[in-house]
Amino acid sequence: MFLALRELSFARARFGLMGGVVALIAVLVVMLSGLSSGLVNDGVSGLKKLPVTDFAFGEGTAIDSAFSRSTVDRDQLERWSAQDGVADAALFGNQLVNAEGPHGEPVDLALFGVEPDSFVAPTASSVVDGGTLDRPDQIVVSETVADLGLGVGDTVTIERLGTELTIAGVLDGQHTFGHVDVAYVPLATWQEIHAGVPTGERARPEVYDEATAIALTAGPDVRIDAAAGDTAATTTTVSLTESFDGSPGYAAETLTLELIQVFLYAISALVVGAFFMVWTIQRKHEIAVARAMGASNGYLVGDALAQAAVVLVVSTAVGIGAGTGLGALLSSTPMPFELEAGPLAVAAALLVGLGLAGAAASVGRIARVDPLTALGGQR
Amino acid sequence: MTHATEQLVPPAPLRARGLRLAGVSLTLGDGDSTVVALDDVTLTVPPGELLAVLGPSGSGKSSLLAVAGALIAPSSGAVHLDGVDVTGLKPARQAALRRERIGFVFQSGNLLPALTAVDQLRFALHVAGMRGTPDRDPRALLEQVGMGHKADRRPHELSGGERQRVGIARALVTAPALLLVDEPTAALDRARSHEVVELLAAETHDHGVATVMVTHDHDVLEHCDRTVEMEDGRLGA
Ligand SMILES: Nc1ncnc2c1ncn2[C@@H]1O[C@H](COP(=O)(O)OP(=O)(O)OP(=O)(O)O)[C@@H](O)[C@H]1O
Ligand SMILES: [Mg+2]
Repeated sequence: MFLALRELSFARARFGLMGGVVALIAVLVVMLSGLSSGLVNDGVSGLKKLPVTDFAFGEGTAIDSAFSRSTVDRDQLERWSAQDGVADAALFGNQLVNAEGPHGEPVDLALFGVEPDSFVAPTASSVVDGGTLDRPDQIVVSETVADLGLGVGDTVTIERLGTELTIAGVLDGQHTFGHVDVAYVPLATWQEIHAGVPTGERARPEVYDEATAIALTAGPDVRIDAAAGDTAATTTTVSLTESFDGSPGYAAETLTLELIQVFLYAISALVVGAFFMVWTIQRKHEIAVARAMGASNGYLVGDALAQAAVVLVVSTAVGIGAGTGLGALLSSTPMPFELEAGPLAVAAALLVGLGLAGAAASVGRIARVDPLTALGGQR
Repeated sequence: MTHATEQLVPPAPLRARGLRLAGVSLTLGDGDSTVVALDDVTLTVPPGELLAVLGPSGSGKSSLLAVAGALIAPSSGAVHLDGVDVTGLKPARQAALRRERIGFVFQSGNLLPALTAVDQLRFALHVAGMRGTPDRDPRALLEQVGMGHKADRRPHELSGGERQRVGIARALVTAPALLLVDEPTAALDRARSHEVVELLAAETHDHGVATVMVTHDHDVLEHCDRTVEMEDGRLGA
């Protein structure tokens, strides 16, 4: 580091420019990471918080529209319940609805239809305000409805059907699906709304047999045998994580953001690699002098890599700091933006690691500098 | 680092101190267009002698320094430094020999632009692994070559003669056995040239260094102990 640090302070303008580019890329990576986490939470936090390991959809359902297209019935539920490794199984309804709040304001909800005594229903411990479901006209909603000015005791009305649902409880934390707040509703009520039966009327009997999917949970240290269950119950089963792709727009959003991040990492590594390539070529004569003086390859390459590491760590830290500051401002807006320590640490490690790889590819040239060129005049 | 030095210095009775070139030839270039840069050169430079090498351009003066300084292996013949056969060493051992036993003064100084004068010397010590116990104190040495007052200046803030003096101090800070100097006065006026070569002569004599200096400058020969001429890779009187 003897030469590395002195060169850093001597050529600080050049290193500052390169570090600035890395820092700006780090800011962008933080923004995208926050947006990713925000969108993931907005899209599937309601699913993530279910005590579910797998979902069985109607046979042949395409996963990207599973939650809106699939239909299963009680007969299939019974057959799944009898499968080995299944600790619990329950009908699960899912439908996005437009509703109105108490003052006629629009409220979009993702109705999760659950049997109140089943394992997927909200429990008293998950509710921070009010209680659980015990009447057919009640809902238990995500904490985020507070943003819409709603709370326990408020009533929302389903558009067109006129079904009135009263908020019985508010859940701990964000529960959203497809960018919409989740409202747990008793399965029978969900079935009537799903069938489009206006309030107060009974639906045809078979309606009360149906739901979107069968929610499954495996016993401890057991994996559900999806193929066997699917054959027995004529369903298509996916894991909870795979079912996220069934949230509207989820796959496209996350793929786009991931792609942009991959490009940013590649750009950052290339910028660092190109910088150190030019820097090494510029220093060719000095390197020849140092090698004629007897400096080993290991000494010179190690010094150059230490230099790259200092620039990368400092600029990444500055960029992530600035990005986190900006992100704090964004978090207080309605934008789906959430900074999580895990993804940020991964992003920082990737920026530094890939930058070092880029630098390493370039400073390898040091080994090919001929110390003989130090003799004689400037060639 | 200390054990490396021990390996490079044989027991006292075997020691033929200084630089010895015996029948050294060097052929440069590849395939059909080869140049004989050195042709059967035999030469001894004892410790404490300042040898001047004169000769026309292309006569092989720089090649002589490169072979003597273990920068390139001769095509035939042997190079001994303090009794050690330098030609037989692996490249990594040659680099170790250069940093521990040999000092180079390149044409126009060839200082590292990022380093101050005193850091140029410290860098040479750092490279040689001598940071703990330098044989010669960098600041005192700069003082000795008349650069004490500009120890914290970088090369671009120094004149050509000042850079050359820092370069000489850098080559001497590791207390080398052999000092190889390539055209130290090419960029200097007469007064400066005399100062620089007088400095080289004084250091050579005071510290028992074997010094080979390539020069075109007949003016400065008065400070040298001996002069040899090169012509087409051969050594004359
Ligand atoms: N890398 C090389 N490949 C082939 N031939 C070379 C190479 N370097 C030098 N030569 C040739 O070797 C001969 C000796 O070169 P050298 O550099 O030793 O001369 P010199 O006496 O130092 O000349 P000058 O006074 O111009 O510095 C010249 O004919 C030169 O053209
Ligand atoms: Mg020359």
